[in-house]
Amino acid sequence: MMEGAKWRRWVFFYIPLAVFVFGLLFPFYWMMVTTVRPDNELYRPWMAPNYTPFWTLHPTLDHIKYLLTETLFTTWMLNTLIISVAATLISLFCGLLAGYALSRLNFPFAGSLGTGIFITYLVPQTLLFIPLADIIRNFRLGDTPWALILTYPTFLIPFCTWLLMGYFKAIPKELEECARIDGATRWKAMVYIIFPIAVPGILSAGIFAFTLSWNEFIYALVFLSSPQEKTVPVGVTSELIRGDVFFWGPLMAGALLGSIPVAMIYSFFVEHYVAGLTGSVKG
Amino acid sequence: MAQVLIRRLNKMYGDVHAVKDVNLEIRDKEFVVLVGPSGCGKTTTLRMIAGLESITSGEISIGNTVVNQLPPMDRDIAMVFQNYALYPHMSVYDNMGFGLRMRKFDRAEIKKRVQEAAEILGIQNLLARKPRQLSGGQRQRVALGRAIVRHPQVFLFDEPLSNLDAKLRVQMRVELKKIHNRLSTTAVYVTHDQVEAMTLGDRVVVMKDGVVQQMGEPLELYNAPVNRFVAGFLGSPAMNFAKVRVTGTQRALRAQNAGLGIEVPPEFAARLLPYSEREVMLGIRPEDLRLANGSDPAGLCIDAVVEVVEKLGSEILLDVQAGGQSMVAAVEPSVRAQHGDKIRLALRGDRLHFFDATSEAAI
Repeated sequence: MMEGAKWRRWVFFYIPLAVFVFGLLFPFYWMMVTTVRPDNELYRPWMAPNYTPFWTLHPTLDHIKYLLTETLFTTWMLNTLIISVAATLISLFCGLLAGYALSRLNFPFAGSLGTGIFITYLVPQTLLFIPLADIIRNFRLGDTPWALILTYPTFLIPFCTWLLMGYFKAIPKELEECARIDGATRWKAMVYIIFPIAVPGILSAGIFAFTLSWNEFIYALVFLSSPQEKTVPVGVTSELIRGDVFFWGPLMAGALLGSIPVAMIYSFFVEHYVAGLTGSVKG
Repeated sequence: MAQVLIRRLNKMYGDVHAVKDVNLEIRDKEFVVLVGPSGCGKTTTLRMIAGLESITSGEISIGNTVVNQLPPMDRDIAMVFQNYALYPHMSVYDNMGFGLRMRKFDRAEIKKRVQEAAEILGIQNLLARKPRQLSGGQRQRVALGRAIVRHPQVFLFDEPLSNLDAKLRVQMRVELKKIHNRLSTTAVYVTHDQVEAMTLGDRVVVMKDGVVQQMGEPLELYNAPVNRFVAGFLGSPAMNFAKVRVTGTQRALRAQNAGLGIEVPPEFAARLLPYSEREVMLGIRPEDLRLANGSDPAGLCIDAVVEVVEKLGSEILLDVQAGGQSMVAAVEPSVRAQHGDKIRLALRGDRLHFFDATSEAAI
């Protein structure tokens, strides 16, 4: 930690940290408060004498009940889960092989191929969805989970490839060379030596990929249309905002419940995940 | 049990010629050390023997099989790396057994061999640990153990002791030699440390710029280096060199420069005669210089001024200026000298070395 006077530590460390933490956590708090706030409080004008925006004295579970019974929220959750898991698995598999090849095998244009993959990641989804929509229509995949399972990898694979490439590069080459002298084929050396060592990297790539597909909005909005096929982000926003009427309670309840799985995954793997980002392999 | 034959081996990295026409014959059960400064091609040569680096041209055979096209796993070799290359996610036992498991040995045999190797190396109590729980020396032993259990035809060592501290390095060096004596497996060892090379090698190969300079037994290289590079590379402190001019006739040939002149001993006269009136490089090892006394022939004495005195205990190193030239003399520990002293040093006439000034080959 920092040396020096106490006030210095407060000014440069604790206060900025507190501001940062507050800024990050406040939206979640707001989401929670809104979820349990009864409707009569929600739509009370701000100049009303008993206006209490930051807390509520009459918490209620009505919005959650409404969300679970009156909407297709559970279906959306299931859709999102299936699509995210499938897209993540596909992307991880391809990313693992591609990342390994680009970081370890010597073949012509390996460098430019790596850069090429990275550039595809830079193409904004807001442009890419137009040609993709055409492809989805040609393959008659519109309004099915496959529309997303197969399009999410277009941005997840480059992402996983790059993350894993960096991770593989940090693993000493000698480990693999030693394994190959020890009698392992390249494939076996990869499976028995490199992948187990890369587990933190693979986990963080997986978590990122899962989060990205869980939160993805624009493809889901464009490629799915029937309510029972929708994912959580699209379902909540399209079914709970009708015209210009915002059903804030159920909306926030949906957002809250929708973010729980991601939060759980993060907290479960947080150690590996940090190790994966800081990328340290010791022989 | 195998000999390693290398014929006209070359390695090109693009335009860089890393290994040039290397010919080596490593006999069965021999411990051969490749030594040279960094970038001399010694590691590349070793990696080509291992099959980790492709061969640009030439031929390598292990046993009686040409292995040029064989993958590393089929060459029946074991290699120890500088950074140990232990598999961090496996226990010591699994690290040592990995090679056997890949080769489908049964459990009982793996266990027997690992125990055996662990006993040789004194690491029986570490088998359950992970590499990160080991000290540097212990890791080195595990890396050795992993090579030993395989009972390979050839051991390859790539600077295995460089990451250890000085004391441990000396200890492991002796141990390595003992293990080799016990197993008597052909071994090729790469190092940049000439002391390691001299102590470990049955024969030593000195390389520079991808070219083998000399191959021979350690003392042969030390006493009869074929060129100035080998002479200067082996030995610590390094050999002293002085550019001198050969003058006089066969009866009284002299080698001299501005501040230094000696009479060439008769055993060198015949060889030096063709260089009459030309410059050559005179080489003398520090231990072949000593304080002169009355009985030393005047023709083999030089005057010097002491600059630095290094008291090592077993000997004293005198850094002196002699004839405008820095030289080091290793003298008896009883010698009392200090900065600024004018002394007279005697050269051992039979231990002089002369090198061609341009080709640097020994004369």
